[in-house]
Amino acid sequence: MKPTTDDIDRGQPVLPPVFLERQSYRRRRLMDAARLLPVLGMLLFAVPLLWPGADTAGATDPMPTSRAILYIFSSWALLILATVWFGFRTRGWNRAEPPVDEADSAARDRG
Amino acid sequence: MATLNVLVLVCLGYVALLFIVAFAADRLAATGRSTWLRSPLVYTLSMSIYCTAWTFYGAVGYAARSGLEFLTIYLGPTLVMIGWWWGLRKLVRVGRSQRVTSIADLISSRYGKSNLLAICVTILAVIGVTPYIALQLQSITLSFSIFFDTDPMREYGEAGVVFWVAAGLAVFAILFGTRNLDANERHHGVVTAVALEAIVKLVALLAVGIFVVWGVSGGVGPTLDRIDASDIGQWQVDSGRWATITFLSAAAFVCLPRMFQVMVVENDDERHLRTAAWAFPLYLLLISLFVVPIAVVGLDVMPQGSNPDMFVLTLPLSQGQEALAMLSFLGGFSSATSMVIVAAMALSTMVSNHIVMPIWLSSKVGSASVSGDVRQVILLARRVSIAVIMALGYFYFRLSGGGAALASIGLIAFAGIAQILPALVGGLFWRGATRSGAFAGLTVGFVLWLYTLLLPGLGGGLLPEGIVENGLFGIGWLRPHALFGIEGMDPTVHSVMWSMALNATAFCLVSLMGFPSPLERLQGAQFVNVFDHSAGPRGWTGSVAQSEDLMIMSQRILGAGEAQELFQREAALQGVYGRLPEPTPLFLERLERELSGSVGAATAHAMIGQIVGGSSVSVEDLLAVADESAQLMEYSSQLEAKSDELSRTARQLREANEKLTQISLQKDAFLSQVSHELRTPMTSIRAFSEILRDTEGLEADDKTRYATIIHDEALRLTRLLNDLLDLSVLESGQVSLNMREGSLSTILDRAVSTALTGSDRKLTVRRRRINEALMLHSDLDRLAQVFINLIANAQKYCDAAEPELTITVHNAGDRIMLDFIDNGSGIPPEAQAMVFEKFARVSAEKAGGAGLGLAICREIMQRLGGDVSYLTGQGGGAFRVMLPVAPALAAQ
Repeated sequence: MKPTTDDIDRGQPVLPPVFLERQSYRRRRLMDAARLLPVLGMLLFAVPLLWPGADTAGATDPMPTSRAILYIFSSWALLILATVWFGFRTRGWNRAEPPVDEADSAARDRG
Repeated sequence: MATLNVLVLVCLGYVALLFIVAFAADRLAATGRSTWLRSPLVYTLSMSIYCTAWTFYGAVGYAARSGLEFLTIYLGPTLVMIGWWWGLRKLVRVGRSQRVTSIADLISSRYGKSNLLAICVTILAVIGVTPYIALQLQSITLSFSIFFDTDPMREYGEAGVVFWVAAGLAVFAILFGTRNLDANERHHGVVTAVALEAIVKLVALLAVGIFVVWGVSGGVGPTLDRIDASDIGQWQVDSGRWATITFLSAAAFVCLPRMFQVMVVENDDERHLRTAAWAFPLYLLLISLFVVPIAVVGLDVMPQGSNPDMFVLTLPLSQGQEALAMLSFLGGFSSATSMVIVAAMALSTMVSNHIVMPIWLSSKVGSASVSGDVRQVILLARRVSIAVIMALGYFYFRLSGGGAALASIGLIAFAGIAQILPALVGGLFWRGATRSGAFAGLTVGFVLWLYTLLLPGLGGGLLPEGIVENGLFGIGWLRPHALFGIEGMDPTVHSVMWSMALNATAFCLVSLMGFPSPLERLQGAQFVNVFDHSAGPRGWTGSVAQSEDLMIMSQRILGAGEAQELFQREAALQGVYGRLPEPTPLFLERLERELSGSVGAATAHAMIGQIVGGSSVSVEDLLAVADESAQLMEYSSQLEAKSDELSRTARQLREANEKLTQISLQKDAFLSQVSHELRTPMTSIRAFSEILRDTEGLEADDKTRYATIIHDEALRLTRLLNDLLDLSVLESGQVSLNMREGSLSTILDRAVSTALTGSDRKLTVRRRRINEALMLHSDLDRLAQVFINLIANAQKYCDAAEPELTITVHNAGDRIMLDFIDNGSGIPPEAQAMVFEKFARVSAEKAGGAGLGLAICREIMQRLGGDVSYLTGQGGGAFRVMLPVAPALAAQ
């Protein structure tokens, strides 16, 4: 049997394109940001571990509670705002392009 | 003072309002006009059952005791929510696509629909959540007691209040939590009531907070100053506890049965998660915003020794704000009731699906298709479960006697529930996670939690003092608070660290070493790759006869109307009208999902298994899931085989066609040769007969001559036709051979005398008779015909002056060879190949015959199992006849 075009194609699977269009590129970076958000949250909420406490302060003054409250609540609000922004940006995804959001997620992960 | 009466009235009114709201929501949902019920807002608010009375009242007390550490309880869930794209999105998708009814169902479903795991998770959840329910009852009782204290006229009966509260909550949960069976149809009534309660508690806490900041402290600035001046004015949080409790609350947020219920099971639309991802952290932020001010002002204003857990309530009362206190009371009441109702609902689903139903099923082996309504059994099981769980909570509260031991139960419950986390996360993200791994992890984690946290934490002599002091069996490094000899850690941090670490280690190690069953691997692939495999692989094979049994069973679980509708829909999909659908794997898969929405994955699997007779997870299925390219390759190799077959057939057809064309050409050539042969004598016959007819006065001699020519030609024609007939009979294989015994020399004698008779040409025949003394078994007449033909040929064509024919006979074992050699010039080499063909004549001038003689000879000899061929290099015309000694009958 002579080799057909199918035979040749089977040997070399079709590779996804190396570069993406600008829109899908932005979309993937947005998703990266969404994945990084909890990491940022963990970092922000880990900062209090470094504060000098009432028991361990030693030479330095311990952290006043009012400042601690201000820090924690403002970083909390920051995270919420970032999530709002992300939710807003991705609002139309499911409806407009279901394949991109669902079936294609594996492909996107390569992105 | 009418406080108490008003309180009771408001309380009853509020409960009535909840009933009305839940009822109306159920009605709205039933009529399908409930779009706002399915809004992201209701979804977000329903999540607020995370904030129980423990957080409503307890957060202030917690802050008053330990400063900002209480925030960890809210920061963990915040991290989970803002990381929704990673975790919750997948969890919700899996929950919806597998029609999961509870966290136990999810775990069991992931690990090969194992009921053992489901039972483990259920028991863990019941043990973890029951004290938590008791805690809620305690908070309601406490808040009642605050109002009773201000009303010295009445005698406060704590036990009575708790009993009635527990009974009322049980009734509410039963009424709205077990109305419909399919847990996936969602409890709109309960969810809406919970959402309303969420608003009430947020508003209540905000109102108290605003009152404290602006009403008592005089603004934000003075409040902050007051905070810094207070006992908790300095950062005093232990780092280990900060990190541990944040992690713990995040884990519990995902694993708590009630959270799973509202987050995954009651989820209507995945997109709601997008909104809840920021709205719920915002809710948590608002709830915890005023906790520290309330705690600080409470510590400042309230008399020494008052319970900081009740500041939210006592602070407004002490300031004479009775309406605000009432609102605050309703907030606390809401927190407690919503948690208890949803938790009882979630737990009852788990208990009935994973403990009651399997027992009931196994008590009626093989009877899944017997008539009788299983729905009633399941509903009854759930109702009884709710009642039992509430009773457990009530008795736990009564036996523990409330107090400080209960207050610490919140974190202990969190730590217990968090033991599910490794199995859950591993199941969602790791295909290699196995059932035995999950079982090992859960067991290790559960035992360690029980030993290091729950039993010592409960006190009351549940764990003997000796063990706490000296360790189990007196082994020092088995002390509950200092495992492996590491001392001085906070008990919670210690327990969480060891139980989670060893839990995860056992889970991973056992998973790595084990080998999962096909069903586990199938489910694992579906869970981990839920975004790729939206359609599940098929696991069932059924036969037509089972459709009826399936129908009967489905009716009992889903109800007659719904089951019939489902089957009709399915039949329409299959294109079958007026009959039951075929139990195709696809249909069985869908039916199982539908049923698992009612009774859980493991039970549904078992019930269908009882009827269909076992699932068939084939290697092909696994391959298909494991690697879709494998499927593709399979398909293409099938295609290749098919195309090979086609090309083979085509080649055969081409060969057949060529053969036919050749035969057709041969036939045409033969016909034209025959016509030619016939025409020649016919022409001379016609010509001479015309001469005889038309010429006047012919000589008698001439007449005789012409008539002789005509006669000769007619003879020749007859001979030709005879030969043709003979040949066609021989060639078509229709000749019947007359096999006889006979002596070769006799046949030769006859042939020589026949051939030479009536011939004017002289031919000398030389023979060696000694060699001819052979007996033959053959068709002697046909054999003689061949010999006659060969002798006549020699006589006719031998061009020597003294023609001689030598006939020699050789006996070569199994065959006899007769050579007919004359002394003429023989046949020219270029004609030798053609002599046996039809109408082949060596020389045109000696056209004595039709050229069919040798062709006939060859046909005859082949029929007799021998052959005739031309011998070259014998000095003359030479033919060799080969005869088998015992001639096999050639194919006839």
